[in-house]
Amino acid sequence: MPTQVTVFLENEQGRLAAMCRTLADANVNMSALTVADTASYGVARLLVDKPGDALAALAEAGYRVRLVDVSAVEIPNVPGSLALLLEAFDKAGLNLEYAYCFESGKEGVVVVFRAENIEGIADIVESLGYRLLKSADL
Amino acid sequence: MTAKEQERYYQQEIETMSPEALFALQSERLLASVTNCYANIPFYKRSMDAMGVKPGDIGSVEDLGKLPFTTKQDLRNAYPFGLFAIDVRDRVQRLHASSGTTGNATVCGYTQQDINNWGDCFARTIAQVGGGSESIIQIAYGYGLFTGGLGAHEGGIRSGATILPMGSGNTRRQVQMMNDFGSDILACTPSYALLIADTAIEMGYDPAKDFKLSAAILGAEPWSQGMREEIEDKLGVMAVDIYGLSEVMGPGVSCECRAQNGLHVAEDHFIIEILDPETLKPVPDGEFGEVVFTTLTKECSPLLRYQTRDISRILPGECSCGRTLRRMDRISGRTDDMLIIRGVNVFPSQFQQAIADFIEVTNHYEIILTKKDQLDMVELRVETVPDFDFDEIRRIESLQQRIAAELKSSLQISVKVSIVEPKSLVRSTGKAKRVIDERQL
Repeated sequence: MPTQVTVFLENEQGRLAAMCRTLADANVNMSALTVADTASYGVARLLVDKPGDALAALAEAGYRVRLVDVSAVEIPNVPGSLALLLEAFDKAGLNLEYAYCFESGKEGVVVVFRAENIEGIADIVESLGYRLLKSADL
Repeated sequence: MTAKEQERYYQQEIETMSPEALFALQSERLLASVTNCYANIPFYKRSMDAMGVKPGDIGSVEDLGKLPFTTKQDLRNAYPFGLFAIDVRDRVQRLHASSGTTGNATVCGYTQQDINNWGDCFARTIAQVGGGSESIIQIAYGYGLFTGGLGAHEGGIRSGATILPMGSGNTRRQVQMMNDFGSDILACTPSYALLIADTAIEMGYDPAKDFKLSAAILGAEPWSQGMREEIEDKLGVMAVDIYGLSEVMGPGVSCECRAQNGLHVAEDHFIIEILDPETLKPVPDGEFGEVVFTTLTKECSPLLRYQTRDISRILPGECSCGRTLRRMDRISGRTDDMLIIRGVNVFPSQFQQAIADFIEVTNHYEIILTKKDQLDMVELRVETVPDFDFDEIRRIESLQQRIAAELKSSLQISVKVSIVEPKSLVRSTGKAKRVIDERQL
């Protein structure tokens, strides 16, 4: 499964920039970043080329950081493809904690998500003709 | 056999005395002690005269409130022997003194009777953990002016146990002898007990399995429940908390029994009061306040209403061990640290205790006090442990809510709980600054 780096950030000016600087100095490249914000803190979720290096650099710099297994599915970049996928998940009783998407290439979109129970995901994805991605695919 | 029948006592008739009999004994001894103070210590004669109270006015324990207080400063001012009721060259057998790092040392004298009573108090503790004349007690408190080593030593003598007077230090040798001699009971500070355990493990032992040790009587510094569990696990013992101050006597003023739920006060030798630190009026049982002791049997250095500045409370109800001597809670702070939040007396250590049960957070914390619309607002800032899975925000929110609920139930005040990054909480090797009071009082 793909590995996501999750970072706890206090809601304070410059904190996200500082985190990015730490990653840059460790020569880590990001391919996706999303920040869930609350009044007092944020949780940054990112996909990077070297999760292990990112973890080490951020932990060393004093961040609370976790490596998290997430699921990633490549879907066509056309209207309705995400709706189809989520409807199928819903039907299977699968509850998503969070999800985010980014374009990949010209024709594809990658959906990254974390779910409580991921058993059976592969079958659902395959039945729709979509592709479940491995770490190496990202 | 029930737990009660297995319970071992050193002085059962005293330890299980009825409240009425104890009241009578305390009242009788109080009058004698006040008389001793008034007749032989000019400081007490002056302060009692200033309040217009004579020994004859003390009919029972209920008259305690008529007596003057004694503070640490009074003891310092009396340096060295100004508060002795007996000439130091007369029947005084021994002197102990506090370190005096913040002023004059406080000096206390002990007659042979004082030493025997002290030994009895500590010997009760030895019985409370199941020890007695057949036990080997390894004393790893420092011996000297500090009361720890010799206090435990007297307890060993009175209980008839075999004493291994190690003193503190030379930890590998402590471990070696603990193993070779088969020590049953360890008496030292909790941090030293932990060092002994870690050293033993480092030396290749599994103390919990390899050593005969069954109990540890630990005191002279504050320790947490988490530390207790660690010591108990590593050494394979029951660890009990013992309390005492050199000014009042030394270790043994109060001590936990096997129930490990509060420290039985040696009420035949000391009267304990819990007073509101502001008003100096008694608080109801169960409520926190300043611990104040009056000695009942001390011949050389008696004290009337000595303000310890330690914060604790009386635990209401009966103890499962069968002892009737009342229990005080472990010391939860110092009066100097007290905060008044919305009129409620709160101690930073109460926050610490409340979060101690949450494995999701570290023991670093900060309390921020502010005012909003004339109301005190409290924020507790904590950080999560590295293992805490915060990837799902609802886990963070649930943690905040659970901590807030715990604080609400233990402190009776609403607290905003904030999870912060580790960098935000000051770390200090010395005394960390835990409270930031931004209220303009």
